[in-house]
Amino acid sequence: MQGEKKFYKRQEMVYELKVYQIMKSPVITVHPETLMSELRNILRDKGISGTPVIENDRLVGIISIEDFIKWQAECMEDCPLKQRMISEVKTVYAEEPLVHAVSTLESHGFGRLPVIERDTDKLVGIVTKGVIIEGLLRELEIDYHEEEIHRYRASHIFEDLIADNINLVFRYHVRGNDVERGGEVASGFKKSLLRLGIHPDICRRAAIATYEAEMNTIFYTTGGNIIVNVQPDSIHLKVQDNGPGIPDIQKALKPGFSTASDWIREMGFGAGMGLNNIQNCADEMDITSTVGEGTTLEIGINMAKV
Amino acid sequence: MILKDIVEKLQLEVLTGRSAIECEVIRGYAGDLLSDVMANTQKGDLWITQQFHHNIVAVAGMNELAGVVLVNGRRPGDVTISKAEIENIPIMVSTVHSFEFIGRLYAMGVTGIRENAEGV
Repeated sequence: MQGEKKFYKRQEMVYELKVYQIMKSPVITVHPETLMSELRNILRDKGISGTPVIENDRLVGIISIEDFIKWQAECMEDCPLKQRMISEVKTVYAEEPLVHAVSTLESHGFGRLPVIERDTDKLVGIVTKGVIIEGLLRELEIDYHEEEIHRYRASHIFEDLIADNINLVFRYHVRGNDVERGGEVASGFKKSLLRLGIHPDICRRAAIATYEAEMNTIFYTTGGNIIVNVQPDSIHLKVQDNGPGIPDIQKALKPGFSTASDWIREMGFGAGMGLNNIQNCADEMDITSTVGEGTTLEIGINMAKV
Repeated sequence: MILKDIVEKLQLEVLTGRSAIECEVIRGYAGDLLSDVMANTQKGDLWITQQFHHNIVAVAGMNELAGVVLVNGRRPGDVTISKAEIENIPIMVSTVHSFEFIGRLYAMGVTGIRENAEGV
């Protein structure tokens, strides 16, 4: 999990996409008898830096601006480009995964790669680095657009549901002393709230209150339940445990007051700020407790207030 | 300031969340008490601490902190590392001691909460 081998979206895409999904088609081509002197205008007019050479529907070579420059540098007389083209052409099949095209371009340092249809052996397209980048961006955009639609749908869940009253209930069980899993309820709940499209500030307040209540339940009780009611305009959180109860609630609410044992403090807890944090996050808060029976904490967060 | 620049300049060893170190660091906060950090940090803060209990990940995730720097050569355990990797939260370590580290960070231009600091 903590290794270097991360699989990024970009890598996933080059493996999943096929060459034909990305390639540029139709392709501008030249004939082997085209004169070198004409090549410059063709490349310039079409805005390309190289092109496959085709004779009777067959790929016979490839020629690029580099070949043209070389020809000019050598002050050669005009000639058909078949004399200057590269006739051993690397190609890629349309059905192959894009990653093959990428690695061929990379390893040979080619600027372009003609795409051949396997059945007919005909040229059907071309890929260059530019074409690949464009294609990947297009695919990312499609993904992103889908994600946006997805998010949009989730964020309007309350508008989409039709009822006189809507009340979503989230129930979590917290085990006493289970420090290992501490914080899982709060972070899971926060993610759910974000998915519902609830304002991030509200999500954060609800998550902090839940976190502190969750940790209190873990450290000081034998276990309990967290029940959250989410309504279009409010979040109501109820935390119930089975004891031991708080003898003096006013004292417990004082910042800095804590009954935490050394092992709790060593882990960075027990600052005596938990209940204060909850209070600061809540619009309403109420604690009732009976020693020997348990404690119930209720808090309300008003969503209209952001 | 981008977290990556801090990582490079202060020679931090990045243990987790490598893909998240391009994020912007807004402010710095130092503290070892989780509830204190929870109450006083906000999105984009870089947290300097000696605390390596795995709940640092929950706190960092909850408040969307830019990352956590463990100073004084403290190193987190496997649980902390795997949790942070799942949440994609950068945990970085430095052998430099807190005061010195924060001083260097401040010299780079990362400041803290400015409230109550005016005119002092």
